[in-house]
Amino acid sequence: MKKWTRRAFIGAGVLAGGTLVIGIAIRPGNRSSKVAGLIASEGETVMNIWLKIAPDNTVTAIIPHAEMGQGVHTALAMMLADEMDADWSKVTFQEAPADKEYANFTLLKGFVAGNATFPKFIEETIDGVFLTAVKSLNFQITGGSASVRFTGQQAMRIAGAAAKSMLLQAAADTWKVPTEELTAKNSIISHASSKRSATFAELAPAAAKVNIPKQPKLKSPEEFTLMGTSQPRFDIPAKVTGEAKFGMDVQVPGMKYATIKAAPVFGSKVKSLDTTVSSSQQGVKKILNLGDAVAVIADGYWQAKTALDALPIEFEATENSGLNQAEIMDRYRKAMDADLADGNLEKHFKDGDATKALEQAAILVEAEYQLPFLAHATMEPMNCTAWVHEGKCEIWCGSQNPLGVKAAAAELLEIDIDKVTVHNQLLGGGFGRRSETDVMTQAILIAKEVDFPVKLIWSREEDTQHDVYREATISRMKAGLDQSGLPIAYTHQFIFKHHPPEAADIPYTIPNQLIQYSSPASFVPWGNWRSVDHSTHGFLTESFIDELAHTAKKDPFAYRKTLTKDNLRFQRVLDLVYEKSNWGAPLPANWGRGVAIAQSFGSIVAEVAEVEVSVEGKVKVHRVVCAVDPGFAIHPDGFIAQMESGIIYGLAAAMTGEITIENGAVAQSNFHNYPVTRMNEAPKIETYIINSGNPPGGAGEPSTPVIAPAVTNAIFDATGIRIRQLPISKNDLRASILPST
Amino acid sequence: MTSLKINGKEYVVDASADMPLLWVIREQCGLTGTKFGCGIAQCGACTVHIDGQPVRSCITPAISAEGKNITTIEGIAPDKNTLHIVQQAWIEEQTPQCGYCQSGQIMSAVALLNENPSPTDEEIDAAMSGNICRCGMYSRIKSAIHRASASLQTSNTL
Ligand code: FES
Ligand code: FES
Repeated sequence: MKKWTRRAFIGAGVLAGGTLVIGIAIRPGNRSSKVAGLIASEGETVMNIWLKIAPDNTVTAIIPHAEMGQGVHTALAMMLADEMDADWSKVTFQEAPADKEYANFTLLKGFVAGNATFPKFIEETIDGVFLTAVKSLNFQITGGSASVRFTGQQAMRIAGAAAKSMLLQAAADTWKVPTEELTAKNSIISHASSKRSATFAELAPAAAKVNIPKQPKLKSPEEFTLMGTSQPRFDIPAKVTGEAKFGMDVQVPGMKYATIKAAPVFGSKVKSLDTTVSSSQQGVKKILNLGDAVAVIADGYWQAKTALDALPIEFEATENSGLNQAEIMDRYRKAMDADLADGNLEKHFKDGDATKALEQAAILVEAEYQLPFLAHATMEPMNCTAWVHEGKCEIWCGSQNPLGVKAAAAELLEIDIDKVTVHNQLLGGGFGRRSETDVMTQAILIAKEVDFPVKLIWSREEDTQHDVYREATISRMKAGLDQSGLPIAYTHQFIFKHHPPEAADIPYTIPNQLIQYSSPASFVPWGNWRSVDHSTHGFLTESFIDELAHTAKKDPFAYRKTLTKDNLRFQRVLDLVYEKSNWGAPLPANWGRGVAIAQSFGSIVAEVAEVEVSVEGKVKVHRVVCAVDPGFAIHPDGFIAQMESGIIYGLAAAMTGEITIENGAVAQSNFHNYPVTRMNEAPKIETYIINSGNPPGGAGEPSTPVIAPAVTNAIFDATGIRIRQLPISKNDLRASILPST
Repeated sequence: MTSLKINGKEYVVDASADMPLLWVIREQCGLTGTKFGCGIAQCGACTVHIDGQPVRSCITPAISAEGKNITTIEGIAPDKNTLHIVQQAWIEEQTPQCGYCQSGQIMSAVALLNENPSPTDEEIDAAMSGNICRCGMYSRIKSAIHRASASLQTSNTL
């Protein structure tokens, strides 16, 4: 394998067949021709694997992320076009093919390094190590709120700037003038004094021969013309006419439909299957026993579903078949107790001597919290179309991880990865669910039994009961306060640590801390759920700090400010949310106000919720004020939409979201028993952005962790009842509100 | 064989007595703008109009729509080059996020505005709460309905 160096980040070449290529590539060695072949059509010049220039002067940004409504195609194209000074009306995008050349190493690097900026001298090494890691992991996922933060900052902008610099050099060489006298604007390079100008397209062939800048100069925020503006999103028009194609909408000639029923108890197998009745049903093509699931292929989804529902299937009993939610929580609790007793708790963070400091504290505060399993419930149920033919495999799906799909298919069918094609479609919601490859694996297993393409569609029931779930957890927290009410010790024991690794950290200055966790056995499949571990820790930290404030008889807002006084970004976000929410202004009877703040994926978000609790104990969230410092919002309107989306998503979970296990299987099945927020329950949301100039933070996830605690803290303000168990609907709030006389 | 009239066009389809209109529209007529979300009238993604009335096509037997006018998201624009006022408002408010629920949202909104050209927030809530948006774009949907309502007023007074 060729040695990876930073220099290989930018490279150039000429395509076989005469197509002119200027390449700026993330790859070891010289493999640009392969990538160019995938994305360039006749007559186009590939500037690099991130952009190409067509003869009509359109610039196409090649974007290695899936669109799931976050506007990523538009935002990333804006970053590239801005650095390039391209004419925005002539900029378009193309989703990068699922290919290793696009393995999203910038993303993985960001994940592992958290928010750390690398010192220059280690960057080369890190790139080298990570590139190798990423290639072997087949990583091209859209997640971790990472597209703008990593791909945008470290690839799109650099590619745009490098292209511009090469075009400028080409113009300077052609016209024999110094580059300093040239200007680039609207995809045209001009030389004012000689009144000469040329389009990017005209200069592209000459630019191909120019030496490539190793560190192209990026614009400073004052020079931005596109970044920081809200350009209409590319993906919207097709989404109002019904033309937008999601995985569910794929139509392949000759295609049949399949649906599936997996063993209700995770890990169980099919024991017996009687196909006599269903096989003869109209439209049924084939009934398949996949071992842990049964699938029916038919002329249409309805025929397949009707036949499947009529099939007598028996599943094997497993050790978990009798297990219920209460026992699961009990096991978790016991595992934590045992780890504590045996000194086996794993260390998350330690500072000072928290145990000793707790003993010396004037006031001791203790609480146990409990959180439920959660399903993703994307709007579009899981589906995948597959066609296995002539030693090849074609897959149509909406995936956050198309390269992972490709690798999974190759492994499953034992064919070369180049024999697998993934046609990625729009995603009807991702939220982490669509980074899995389970559905694609099923579709391939089904399709390989027939000689036509098959679209596998999951019913909503299957989608709810065979998700990968946000972990249910138990948490124990203790704090010791001094005479003035300030914390001098903090301990936290929780269960399960996934990622990001810093999620259980607290932003508050507390001198003695001990944060530990257990990892008990769990048979319920786990998956990334919007904001991942922040979704639990945001609630835990922000509820408990609120408890401390109230115990200390301090305003919860002022308390947070005191304990973050050295963190300027937190202070500014808190001040903004304070002002915009009218914190402290009188509210009607039975109303309350709550605040919460957290940093995740590089963005700091504070939310203030205003809630009303009725005499019947019903909670209505009227208003949410959200202040956020994302460093810099590339597309403010899209950013605001993401904040709103994350709030509503987190609110649904906080209010009613709960997956429970009964007899080893998920008890909920559809929106009637796994309810989500509807329009009449949605609060009015106001979002305020601080462009602090810090590196761009994420948009898709950071507003989610904060909403549950903002609401439960507001409920405490209204009723004096502290909610330590989610969802809120599990708590009886009736007694707290007295009917007014 | 059943004959259905969808967006003014006749389709001859093969639907058993219980087959929902949704699957006929999507799989036999190839009109995939109408979406499957839940199959039990809980989410509104499958909303179409039958004789102008919004219905959940996932629980409506296809044969019950025989002889009636069925309209889907593909059929609400006045012509190929012009969007419906509601679609236009949706673009102006940059309403969709993932977009999967939006055909159903738009079909419900069109039906609402046909009945009540200037709905209040409460009336919008009442008419639209059967349509789930997992991306949580409720406030934009509401603004888009108000915007469409306003353009309806202007176009009527012209
Ligand atoms: S699919 Fe018909 S209401 Fe959900
Ligand atoms: S836009 Fe995604 S579900 Fe509504």
